[in-house]
Formats: sequence, C-alpha cells, structure tokens
Amino acid sequence: MAPIENTAAGPITGVIRLGDGARGLRGLVVAVGFSALSNLATDGKAKRNDGEFDAELERRLLEIGFVEGAHVEILHEGLFGRDPIAVKVDTMRVALRRHEANAILVQPEPGRVGRP
Amino acid sequence: MNVSVPTLPSLRLALVGNPNCGKTALFNALTGSRQKVANYPGVTVERKEGNFVSPIGRPVVAIDLPGTYSLRGRSPDEVVTRDAILGRLEGDQRPDMLVCVADATNLRIMLRLVLELRNAGIPMLLALNMMDIARYRGITIDVDGLSAELGIPVITTVAVSPDGTQALLQQIDAMANAGLASTEPHWHALDASEVRDAHHLADRLVDRFVSHPANDRDWTRRIDRILLNPAGGLLILLAVLFLVFQAVFSWATLPMEWISAGFDWLAQTVSAILPAGLLSSLITDGVITGVGSVLVFLPQIIILFFFIILLEDFGYMARAAFLMDRIVGGAGLHGRSFIPLLSSFACAIPGIMATRVIENRRQRLATIMVAPLMTCSARIPVYTLIISAFIPNRQVWGMVNLQGLVMFSLYAAGIVSAFAVALVFRTFVWRGKSEPFIMELPGYKRPLVRSVLLGVVQRAIIFLKRAGTIILSMMILIWFLSTFPAPPEGATGPAIHYSFAGIIGHALQPLLAPIGFNWQIAVALIPGLAAREVAVGALATVYAIGGDASGSALSQTLSAQWSLATALSLLAWYVFAPQCASTLGVVRRETNSWRWPVAMFVYMMVLAYIASFVVYQSAIALGG
Ligand SMILES: Nc1nc2c(ncn2[C@@H]2O[C@H](COP(=O)(O)OP(=O)(O)OP(=O)(O)O)[C@@H](O)[C@H]2O)c(=O)[nH]1
Ligand SMILES: [Mg+2]
Repeated sequence: MAPIENTAAGPITGVIRLGDGARGLRGLVVAVGFSALSNLATDGKAKRNDGEFDAELERRLLEIGFVEGAHVEILHEGLFGRDPIAVKVDTMRVALRRHEANAILVQPEPGRVGRP
Repeated sequence: MNVSVPTLPSLRLALVGNPNCGKTALFNALTGSRQKVANYPGVTVERKEGNFVSPIGRPVVAIDLPGTYSLRGRSPDEVVTRDAILGRLEGDQRPDMLVCVADATNLRIMLRLVLELRNAGIPMLLALNMMDIARYRGITIDVDGLSAELGIPVITTVAVSPDGTQALLQQIDAMANAGLASTEPHWHALDASEVRDAHHLADRLVDRFVSHPANDRDWTRRIDRILLNPAGGLLILLAVLFLVFQAVFSWATLPMEWISAGFDWLAQTVSAILPAGLLSSLITDGVITGVGSVLVFLPQIIILFFFIILLEDFGYMARAAFLMDRIVGGAGLHGRSFIPLLSSFACAIPGIMATRVIENRRQRLATIMVAPLMTCSARIPVYTLIISAFIPNRQVWGMVNLQGLVMFSLYAAGIVSAFAVALVFRTFVWRGKSEPFIMELPGYKRPLVRSVLLGVVQRAIIFLKRAGTIILSMMILIWFLSTFPAPPEGATGPAIHYSFAGIIGHALQPLLAPIGFNWQIAVALIPGLAAREVAVGALATVYAIGGDASGSALSQTLSAQWSLATALSLLAWYVFAPQCASTLGVVRRETNSWRWPVAMFVYMMVLAYIASFVVYQSAIALGG
C-alpha cells in the first residue's frame, strides 16, 4: 500500500501520478505516457523506459480518453493492493491497473486528494 | 414516395463505433437479425452481414463490426474492423457508406474516432445512439451545430425502441440519393501527437455542442458504490454465482419431472402400439429414451441462461472482470480474460471467440487453453444426472441445498483448475510481460424483458437443435452398436454383451478399471467425445437395451448399479475431459494451427485420468 501513503503525507502541492491516487482523488490530467512523465516528474520515480511497450501504452491511454486536460476522478478501488482502480474520465468510466495509471500525471483539485 | 423502385442499386453500409455503443442493437433493428447484444464492451468479435430494404426500396447490405477506439487494429477483433473499412480483405468490397455509431452519453471518444475515420475516404454519417438515456439524464446535444461543424449528417437513434431508427433510415436514403463517392483511403496509423490533436479538436466540439446538467441522474455511480465495494463486491459476486447455481438446481426440479414423465409416457405408448421388435426398440430405447434423457435438462439450461443474460444486459460482466482482475492476473491471465471465461459457463465456443479482444497472443492463447475447463452448460446434464442419483436431496446449514452445493463445488473445481493451468502456462510456456488492463465500464442498463426472453428462447432453440441433430444421430448410432450383431445361438447373458458396443466397452474397460469405470461408461464416453450430453443419452440407451433399466428413471438405475466411488470419479472426469469436438474445431480455427487443439486434448485427457484416478482410489480407500 506504499503508493497511497505518498499522497496522504501532508498537503499536496504538485502533481501526482494517477496510480498513486486514492479513492476520491479528482483533478486534471497534465501529462500522459511514461516518456512525457520522465521529463516532468521530479522524484525520479517515473523515469523508466521500455520503448515500444510504453509508446503503445501511451496511445492506448490517449485513445480511451486520458488526454491532457481531461477531468479524472478515482471512483473505486479493488481489494488486493487497492488495485485495479475505476476512474471517471470526463463522461466515461474506465477500469485500469495502478501500474498503467502511473503513466498519467494529475494535478489534483484542492481538497480533492482523496481518502488518506 | 414509398413506391418501391426495383432497379435501385444496392448499397453496402458498415456500422462502426466504440465498443458497447449499440452497433449490434442498431444492426438487429435494421435487418431484423438476432445477433448477440449485451451491455459490456467486446460482444461482437466477427463481422456479420444482414440485408434490409430502405424506405424508398433500396436494397441495403448492412455490416456489423466489432467495436474499437481506433483503426490501428491491436487485437484480432479490431483487425476485423480495420480491414473491413479499409477494404484490405481479399475479395471484399469496401463499404459505400459508414454509419458511425456513438453513445450519446459519451460522445467525446467517438468524435475522436470520427475524425480518424474521415481518412478512410468513405462517405459517412454520425448516429447518436442511446438518445433515450441521454434525454433521461438531461444531456442535450446541438445536433445541427455538430453536423455543420463535422461536415457530415448527424442524426439521433434509439436502437432498442421500435421506431428509433427512422431518422437513420431516412438519412441513408437521402445520402444515397445524393450520390455516394468514395475516395482512395489515405489512412495511416496515427502517432501519439496526432491522437492528442484529434482529441483536443473533439473536446472543443463537445464543449460547444454538448451540455451536461449540473446534477446528472446517473444511477451507475450509486450502484457501483455497492457492487464495486472492495470487499463487499467480491462477496456479492460469489453470492450471485452461488445463487445462480442453487436456482439452476432447485427451480428446475419440477419441470424436469414433468418432461421426464412425458417421455416415459411416450415410450410406453409407442411400445404398446408397435409390435415388439427392432423398430420398436430403435424408437423407444434409442430415440425416446436417449434423446429424452438429454431433453429433460432443458429447464436447467433455460434458468442458467436467464441469469447469464440478465447479468450481461444489466452491465455486471465488466464489474466482475474488474473485481476478478487481480485474481485472474495472479494466474497470469489478462483482466479481459475474465469475460471470455465467464461466457464459457454457457459454452466454451463463444468464450473462445470472445478472446479475440485480448491483444497479446500469448495471453489470448492461455485464455483459450483454459476456457474449456470452465463448466459449460453441456456438462449440466451429466452433473445433474449423477448428483441426483448419488447425492441426497437435503438441506444443510439450514437453507443450502446439498445437491446445489455439490454442483457449485464442481463449478469451483473448474474455475480453480483453469487458474492453475493458466499459471502453469504462464510459468513454463511463456514468461513475457503482461499486457495492460484497460477496460471501459459501461453504465448500468435496465434489462429489457423482450430481449432477455428472446435471448433465452434462442438458447433453448440451440439446445433443442443439438438434441435433434448431433444427439439424435449419436443415439441412433449407439442403439445400432448396442443391438448388432445379435448374440450367437445358445449364448447366455444379456444380448448387449455380444454387440459391438459390448465388445468395444469390454475391450476398453481394463484401461478404465483403475478409475472405476465399468464397460457401460466406456461405451458412453466414446460418442460423448462428440458432445458432452451424449454420454447421458448413451448411458440411458445402453442400460435400456441391456435390460437393466427395468422402466425406472436412469438415475435410479445408476444408483443401483454404480458405487459412489465410480460416480464421483465420473464427475471428476467430466470436470477435465475434452469431451467436445466442436470446441477443438474452434480452437483450431482461432489459433490457425493443429498444435493447440492437440495440446488441449492431450492435457485435458491426462488431467481427467489423473483426477478420476485420485478421486476413485481415495473414495475406495475411505470405504466408498
Ligand atoms: N437504452 C438503450 N439501450 C441501448 C441502445 N442501444 C443499445 N443499447 C444497449 O446497449 C448495450 C450495448 O449494445 P450492443 O449493440 O451490444 O453494442 P455494440 O456496439 O454492438 O457493442 P460491441 O459489439 O461490444 O462493440 C446493450 O445492452 C443494448 O441493449 C439504445 O438506443 N437505448
Ligand atoms: Mg456488437
């Protein structure tokens, strides 16, 4: 449950990875794709590269609606490791694993960081 | 202008759109077909054609396609769509017109695809489907504005209401009358930045032309709060499955008795009318007893499908996949594997077809290989027959029916072994990276009485057809093998011992003795390779001809003739044994090689023998 503690520690100032978010998190997508993320993220965690696999993941996330500027909200979490998550992307509901959700960077709305 | 003009040239029209937006529902409404419609993404995995005549009398060929989010063709079902639209299939004409179908409550993703579909060079129109739901939720769409901005006609439809396709039909005629001119496709696979640009364009369209009310009357979120509750959701899923199998068992008892009584009466009447002899034996022992013993299970099939269709139409399947993702993922399967596996409860064949939505070939193969371990409806007759013969019909823990409980355990055994085999597959055959699990969760919909009933009737007809064709012909074959040759002059013992069936059964029996099968079971298992239910009919016929049945129900005959160990061993056999030729045929077709069906046959056969051996020997050791 490590990822959840990240977001719970103190007030959020910056962006977080969607995969680290807890239920109730609401915000705007600011970047999609591990390659875009590794430029933006400061903690170095998002730095990973797997060429083709990541490029494919990025396109799939884009095609299903995770695009910069989209509104997202984590609606539900699975039981084991709180994985997968159900996310509302604008008008649509999408289920995905936290691992994939980590390729999405979110700017949370103030006060909507989600349950600690 | 409704004079029909017989000389109008025919029109080919393809339905494209995101998964679950109602393409097949529209296709059915237009053509009067009965293709499968259900409330989860990935129902249609093949292209289907149907015909209809437009209001002004133009013959139209409609093509229903699998849903997709892009034309890239990642998985086999998406490839079907791409190739149909781009005309890449050998000997297949490109459609003259595209009907882009969008879920009006979720327009954004489809508008993105519409922008991509322009590159296909085919005249198109946009149908905003599910307009009834959009209206209920207070979503308003400026149809004319959208149409002007996109430069294509936009109309609204309600695929599930009787006159919900009128605007679409009129628009099709209008476009065809104005003349349809396709250009060469100039589509290329979009890269990430092109997808982003198209998305932003689509978002601007949505901002301008679609307005959502402040408080959306969307029930889905509230229902999901209960059904997707982390721990509660899994318990509910288990409870739902458990209740279904209890219902299959207990609700069906009475109608089954009626059907059974009906066939007994029929057999008695026929044997009273016909002179005793070969013809009378063929009709009573072969056809009526054999086929009747399978038809008895119609009520159970109907109840099972009633629940499956209800859950599918409500929108629960995708939730089940969500809840089970970590569990099936632990076995190395894809989250999307769960829906094909659930469909395999009905029959492994649609289940195996449904794996087309899985893009990764290895994970798709793993799912195909374990799908037949899920308890399909053809096993129900076998399980029920043995359970009702050997398991007392009483309540345990207050309200749980013991027979239903055993049935549930057999289903559980199938599921657990499917996961175990998948894990073995994952560990030894393939260790690659897991594909991402990204799946749309559709909104819940109230199941329509008419479509649920139609679906159930359709399944009942399939079952009856099987009984009338494959099962009937197998019964006649078995009757023949059990009757000829006649015993030699002065032979002692029942005549059937001297027949082909007797000879084959006795020859195989030593091989099956370690797992406790007698020669009658051996005889039943061979035709049972064609279809599982055949074994039930075969046992009925073999015992009837052998004279052991003495007019009583087959289950009473069995409980008198078999030991409990034998019965349990046969149940274990049926959890694993590859007793279905059509499944192997579909695996051959879907994998395009003989390797996988052969591997499947061998591994299931070996597992079946081992399981039966262990069950039989332990039951014997425990004094069964
Ligand atoms: N209320 C309402 N329900 C609809 C309408 N059209 C389709 N549905 C329902 O929406 C669900 C999906 O319909 P399908 O026709 O299977 O969707 P599809 O686009 O063929 O889906 P795939 O084959 O998975 O791509 C089903 O439960 C339909 O009954 C509509 O206009 N109104
Ligand atoms: Mg369909």
